[in-house]
Amino acid sequence: MKVSSPDFKNIASQALEDKQLQSALFHVRNNFTTKRTKARHDLPEFDALRDSARAIKDHTLAHLDFYLDHYEKKVIENGGKVHWAADAAEARGIIMDICRKTNARTVTKGKSMISEEIGLNEFLEANSIVPVETDLGEYIIQLRGENPSHIIAPAVHLNIDQVRDEFRKKHSHLSPNRPMVEPQTLLSEARQVLREKFLTADLGITGANFLVAETGSSLIVTNEGNGDLTQTLPRVHVVLASIEKIVPTLEDLAQITRVLARSATGQEMTVYSTLSTGPRRKQDVDGPEEYHVVLLDNGRSSMLGTEFAEMLRCIRCGACMNHCPVYQAVGGHAYGWVYPGPMGAVLTPSLIGVEQAGHLPNASTFCGRCEAVCPMHIPLPKMMRSWREREFEQHLEPAGHRRNLKLWAWFAKHRTLYRMVTSLAARMMAIRGGSSKRIKKLPMAEGWTKHRIMPAPEGATFMKLYKRRLRKGR
Amino acid sequence: MSNIDETSPSREVALFVTCLVDLFRPTVGFASIKLLEDAGCQVHVPVRQTCCGQPAWNSGDRKDTLDIAKQVIEAFEKYEYVVAPSGSCAGMLKIHYPELFRDIPEWNQRSVQFSSKVFELTSFLTEILGVTEVKAKLNSKVTYHDACAGLRELNISGQPRQLLESVEGLSLHEMDDSEVCCGFGGTFAVKYSEISNSIVTEKTANIEKVTPDLLLAGDLGCLLNMAGKLKYQGSKIEVRHVAEVLADMCDGKPIAGRG
Repeated sequence: MKVSSPDFKNIASQALEDKQLQSALFHVRNNFTTKRTKARHDLPEFDALRDSARAIKDHTLAHLDFYLDHYEKKVIENGGKVHWAADAAEARGIIMDICRKTNARTVTKGKSMISEEIGLNEFLEANSIVPVETDLGEYIIQLRGENPSHIIAPAVHLNIDQVRDEFRKKHSHLSPNRPMVEPQTLLSEARQVLREKFLTADLGITGANFLVAETGSSLIVTNEGNGDLTQTLPRVHVVLASIEKIVPTLEDLAQITRVLARSATGQEMTVYSTLSTGPRRKQDVDGPEEYHVVLLDNGRSSMLGTEFAEMLRCIRCGACMNHCPVYQAVGGHAYGWVYPGPMGAVLTPSLIGVEQAGHLPNASTFCGRCEAVCPMHIPLPKMMRSWREREFEQHLEPAGHRRNLKLWAWFAKHRTLYRMVTSLAARMMAIRGGSSKRIKKLPMAEGWTKHRIMPAPEGATFMKLYKRRLRKGR
Repeated sequence: MSNIDETSPSREVALFVTCLVDLFRPTVGFASIKLLEDAGCQVHVPVRQTCCGQPAWNSGDRKDTLDIAKQVIEAFEKYEYVVAPSGSCAGMLKIHYPELFRDIPEWNQRSVQFSSKVFELTSFLTEILGVTEVKAKLNSKVTYHDACAGLRELNISGQPRQLLESVEGLSLHEMDDSEVCCGFGGTFAVKYSEISNSIVTEKTANIEKVTPDLLLAGDLGCLLNMAGKLKYQGSKIEVRHVAEVLADMCDGKPIAGRG
């Protein structure tokens, strides 16, 4: 997937001017956050569950090799095969190999961010294999040739008119004059088109919300049931997951899923929670003949033991972006790669390098709302700050900013000079503000005064006035 | 005005003025002193203070942050309490300093001890001093913005509201999403000014919906941002720091003036 993160500012500015996008983002701002708040309040033990979910993941990550080994053993016992992929290219190669060996030409896909991360669709297409996204949102953006703008609601940046136009254009086998007013009609149309694909696909690829070491199972949660059809109907089922998705037991899985949907959409549970555990057994009426798991590392194991390790607890609920004022303002595409919002601001530099993704951890007000709603208690602002530190160490931030900061810090460490400078600044700015107490233009602060006035200081600094007061003996 | 036992020895409080109050709004510093003295405290203003170091800390400049933080600890640690009229700076001193010094043995304990003395003004008044009401009067329809660091790092939410309830003539009206960021974020407001503008525009729309006379908050950074936007938009709503109202010191011009 092409990286446009270095262009964050420009894309964000365009997003702010995009009226259609802004109205679509209104949905994120209101629906997701309101529903999550309600779901949290309706479950008195929500915070206790969060603590327990965090403990489960911390334990798992501390023994990641053990649980992954155990998981692999169970998958093999169940008749499946595990493939280890160190990076995106390896993962693509493994999947291509499976396609060749099983003579697969058409591939249906459940929603998978790992598939986005390794750029699977483009790769399959380049190798004459037809990938079909079956999650409605993913299907829509696949038709439009776009990337997801949200990790659980990939088409949240679109409105119904855009979807209608796209369906008219791409579903050319249907009557051009068909009425498409109600959302339900569009849904039925997509369902009808996809049903065909489900039945003819040779191979189904799903992601995994969790992998269970105890049983060798993978769990997907969906609201559309598309994942079930993707993994049961084709001859071959490939689970594509990253290594940190593992949990020890089904009981652990049950605990974490209780905070997942509530944090994501405000549902108590998603409509479907489907486990897959190996290929079809003799007594089974359906299921794939072959079962493969591709386990992707792609930089994650090198996050272990660093200040970014806690990011590996993430269960991809999207609560952080739903509640982020920056995401709410600019949407997901501005972040320029697979993962947007606060979790993306931490994860993206880990996966593609801070040289490219430097804007992401900087474009945050550190309001802390992301950490406050994170079901896994991930200290996102703290980790964004750690990225800023790495940038600063490597002199990656704009030179002007560094110069100003160093100058300010020097004064902050030299009290007497600091007093002189602040006194002078307060007086000058107060004069500039005049009787209106407002400054319309201020050198070095154009970014501020372009959209606001600068309130003028009262005149003298507090320290000066306080000294005067002490001298007068009050 | 407070339920302090008159015979109890007065508490020694050092005021951390904050760099923004020092530069932009000395009234907030004097209001803080008045509130603390009225509640029976002996207030000191250590002259060695400049800033808490947040601009460096949030820019990834650990070395300068450490230098500045050491300076602050050295200047303030001898006092019984350290109080700041800002959730953001108090959060820096209370939450981030111990994190900053975690791996520096000779400063670790010292920073933890220091941080245990640090409080934001309204939470110090209510939780430590047990103040339940203030002697102040203001005929005004007021709305209150929860500044992020105070709210999420120090759980400041009920404390200023409780004290505001006791101001004669004042009526508090909550805005939608009062706990959502105003878009200030320190240097964020300048570095990502377009995004910051979009966030503060959302905020001022929520403020305007309440049709208040006065907007209050406990952090000057947020106040400068919101006042700057309100006045840019031609709003008549006045803006002040919550301490000014609680200390009955609203005679001077509000932030960014009147009208």
